[in-house]
Amino acid sequence: MKKESLRKAYGQALVELGASNPDIVALEADLGKSTMSYLFKQAYPERFFEMGIAEQNMTSTAAGLALAGKIPFVSTFAVFASGRAYDQIRCSIAIAKANVKICGSSCGLSDFGDGKTHQSVEDANIIRSIPNMTVLNPVDAVETKQMVEAMVRYKGPVYIRINRNELPVITPEDQKFQIGKMYSVHDGKDAVIFATGAMVHNSISAAQELMQEGISVEVINVSTLKPLSKEELMRFARDKQAIVTAEEANRIGGMGDTIASLLFNDIRVPMEHVAIDDQFGTSAYTYEDLLTCYKLTKEDIAKAVKTALKHA
Amino acid sequence: MVDDALVKKLERITLQLRYDVVQMIGVGKAGHLGGSSSLAELMAVLYFYVMKIDSSNPTAAWRDYLLLSKGHAALIQYAALCELGFFPRSELHRVKSLEGLLQGHPDLSIPGIEAVTGSLGQGLSISLGIALACRLDQKKNHIYVVMGDGEQSEGQLWEAAMAASNFKVDNLTAFLDWNKVQATGATKDIFSVPDLGRKWASFGWEVFESPGHDIRSIIETIEKAKAVKGKPSIVILDTVKGKGFSFAEHNAAFHNGIMDQATYEQALKELDQKKRELNA
Repeated sequence: MKKESLRKAYGQALVELGASNPDIVALEADLGKSTMSYLFKQAYPERFFEMGIAEQNMTSTAAGLALAGKIPFVSTFAVFASGRAYDQIRCSIAIAKANVKICGSSCGLSDFGDGKTHQSVEDANIIRSIPNMTVLNPVDAVETKQMVEAMVRYKGPVYIRINRNELPVITPEDQKFQIGKMYSVHDGKDAVIFATGAMVHNSISAAQELMQEGISVEVINVSTLKPLSKEELMRFARDKQAIVTAEEANRIGGMGDTIASLLFNDIRVPMEHVAIDDQFGTSAYTYEDLLTCYKLTKEDIAKAVKTALKHA
Repeated sequence: MVDDALVKKLERITLQLRYDVVQMIGVGKAGHLGGSSSLAELMAVLYFYVMKIDSSNPTAAWRDYLLLSKGHAALIQYAALCELGFFPRSELHRVKSLEGLLQGHPDLSIPGIEAVTGSLGQGLSISLGIALACRLDQKKNHIYVVMGDGEQSEGQLWEAAMAASNFKVDNLTAFLDWNKVQATGATKDIFSVPDLGRKWASFGWEVFESPGHDIRSIIETIEKAKAVKGKPSIVILDTVKGKGFSFAEHNAAFHNGIMDQATYEQALKELDQKKRELNA
């Protein structure tokens, strides 16, 4: 399957949308070559603000730009966007409902070489807990582009997680992405996997292998991490014997926790969570090495499905 | 030249703002009297003379902006906005209540408030964003932001200071309420940030100083600051925390203190005395 860069898709989408929307501006903290916001800088230098390595000021400055009518896209690594500038997101942006779009790039373990300080196991968990925030986690380059378009249409603060590595393209070009909607990406009837980001791909691989063993598993791309709607979850969970969640994030306060709490009263079927087990990342030669180390592979997901079904 | 009638008018407004603040705090409830009253003259000058604003159209595209980065002084801003008609007087009497409009710190739900502030250190950055947006749109709005001196220990302020000078922003004027007292004591004892003028100058700002309770001087200094082109400007106002109230002046206890009945009456008595002097 063809792999494409989500980062590049993000930068290109900004450039495309910037052509027809003069209110779009971009802010960077000296990582533009990684986040790909430099593409916007090349296209519209007057609308690009290099804020230096000062994420807190960058984040509050974006709030000011939004309060005066602009649509600012703030880009930096997920770990800095969510951690270094947490209170700036909370006060300057979220309480104010400022129309700021935050790109947490190199999310999860995807910046495999740089290790603990640069990998974010908790960015989505943190941002999801802030009222007024919307959180997106695209599965591939095509969905990334669709999401950036949706972010511009939506009035309010949005956080988008972007994987550093190229990922297989599974989203149809003509998908009409809507914030809050979930997308079925592999059919099945016995169990359902609610997966997000890169874990969707591993979940599809797991479902394909399980099919060989006669186990039929539906895979859902949960690309909106907030709002997570019970109705959407119920659409896919209602007729299944087991549920698995898969995310490249700390299990504490993660998507799995939330899905479990949303479904608990209505669907009492066994549930397994595939997530990072309350640990920081570490350096590795490859992204795949890390996914193996943190038990986020297709094998881990397949095992979780079997465990859940065994208890069904 | 600033004419005497204007100064007199703004002095009367300043007095009214202090009355409003005392009445908002009332008896037995905590309120930021100290840092509100150190700003009374500046609020009167900005809101009632310098700024272009319209209470019947609080978000007019042409308006000037005023942000309190030291959001805990919200009471003095609420007093000014109320006197200008941004919201009814009844709101002042239920400030910080569950039913009221006026939050403990500035909130965007309040007409005339331009940003959410209160977590210190963020207001200058937000102001910078507004200034950059106005410049992109080639609009003439001017942005004013007020910081505290205790707040100067927030690192984000200095990030914003560097950014504003990097971007050569000159539609932004900052004020530093140099009242020398913060929540738990004198700034020199709690966390000294000396040589503020030289610090701001070395960060690329044009620095002005003015007595902070002298209306004529404040007006003249703002005019000079606004005339600076190609760089941001800051006015350091030499103020007294708790100004106008003998029991609160220079007194950290009234950063967010509680007035008992006797203290409350004394506050009103001192304002009445000031009123008689102004009318004499």
